[in-house]
Amino acid sequence: MKSPQLQRYSAGQRSNHWAVVTCFVLAGVSGFALFHPALFWLTNLLGGPQWTRILHPYIGIAMFLLFLGMFFMFVGANVWRKEDSAWLGSASKLISEGNAAKMPAVGKYNGGQKLVFWLFTLCLIVLLVTGLLFWQAWFAASVPIPLQRIAVLLHAIAAFVLVLGVIVHAYAAIWVKGTIGAMVRGTVSAAWARHHHPLWYRDQVAGKK
Amino acid sequence: MSSLQSLDVVARSATTTPPPQARTHVAEVAKLIDVSKCIGCKACQVACSEWNDLRDDVGSNLGVYDNPADLSPQSWTLMRFFEVEPEKDKLEWLIRKDGCMHCEDPGCLKACPSPGAIVKYSNGIVDFISEHCIGCGYCVKGCPFDIPRISEKDNKAYKCSLCSDRVSEGIEPACVKTCPTGAITFGTKEDMLEHAQQRTVELKERGYANAGVYNPAGVGGTHVMYVLKHADQPELTGLPRDPHISAAVGLWKGLAKPIGLAVMVGAAFAGWFHYLRKGPLETPEDATEGEQQ
Repeated sequence: MKSPQLQRYSAGQRSNHWAVVTCFVLAGVSGFALFHPALFWLTNLLGGPQWTRILHPYIGIAMFLLFLGMFFMFVGANVWRKEDSAWLGSASKLISEGNAAKMPAVGKYNGGQKLVFWLFTLCLIVLLVTGLLFWQAWFAASVPIPLQRIAVLLHAIAAFVLVLGVIVHAYAAIWVKGTIGAMVRGTVSAAWARHHHPLWYRDQVAGKK
Repeated sequence: MSSLQSLDVVARSATTTPPPQARTHVAEVAKLIDVSKCIGCKACQVACSEWNDLRDDVGSNLGVYDNPADLSPQSWTLMRFFEVEPEKDKLEWLIRKDGCMHCEDPGCLKACPSPGAIVKYSNGIVDFISEHCIGCGYCVKGCPFDIPRISEKDNKAYKCSLCSDRVSEGIEPACVKTCPTGAITFGTKEDMLEHAQQRTVELKERGYANAGVYNPAGVGGTHVMYVLKHADQPELTGLPRDPHISAAVGLWKGLAKPIGLAVMVGAAFAGWFHYLRKGPLETPEDATEGEQQ
């Protein structure tokens, strides 16, 4: 029998998430193209090298603004609590043994998810600020060159960390069955919620009564 | 410039495979600018505009002789004027022709992300190939001498080409041909270094004890060199004492590229193999209430 479903994300939250994903893929593809010569061919996906250079910053700004919407919707549920530290301490065991039942009980998000949330926030702030500093079409001419050199390096490092974070984020969603539906249809099964986010499940059930 | 000399390209931006290496007996060239012979007439600026078909906008007088005020996409060389006191109470009016130094290890080429937009020829000339330029401005960050300028009209980077088109035909750059005092000379780098040494000796005899050649080792030497009256104080005419490619650019365009790419690809593979070996994390069918309590 199909387990009863719980609403995890609204249609607005899902749309916002996938709009950010779209920007991330486009900014990522164009950024990779300019980062390593082996990936320069990716410029073709955005209409050629010049168009890649033109579009990348605008896509980045769109990603930042859209992420801001998600930030304010989700920041409340991502405040760090002491059970998150305990969860994170046992995370390596979860990865090697795959037994979620042994993990400390967490709310809507576990320590790993919260870490990813704050990592994305930090990376996007660094990407925005450093990106503006060497945006040739608008600002670079009035920024001291030594500062621009630091900015390009930090921009690359922040992008690198962001990509690693996204790999963790996407793999976790693929690995933990029943998760992708939360961001596609908006719902998770009650069993999933009870198993992975027991404190959130408790609140949801209590709220319905 | 257009790349009509592909056989003579020894370094090419954003390219990880070796360039053609068949030609091995090309002499390296150099332009030598003898600051002590320069009278600041700006004929070199005019010759540069003439030969390269450049016409900068008429600017405004800033109260100094520098005209235009700075290098630009339309001004690839520029006389810079300096009133300095190398020694106390000894005023000197120094003039330096500024422009691309054509580094042996060019920072612009290292920073450029577009394959073939910047090349170095076997004779040492560093050239921007405009049709491959994407206008990102990375060359500006790479250059230790603040030379490339990005056009707001076409978003392309411009700088002195050392008249690579003239040199490929065996004639000297336009600025060299026009210089009325012989302050600018052109030839093989070997000959120019020898000539510079002679000039240094002459200047020392005339009382410039610190006269010397500016051919900075930090960028592997340059194909535009100066004879300076005060080589111990290159800053007097706005030259960096020890130019080199910035450490940030070196890291960004050096180790960060292969290591960054490898770690990202590795992370994706780590996920894939984790899934293969451990399988997905399923929610048990019989997850009973209370098991977490």
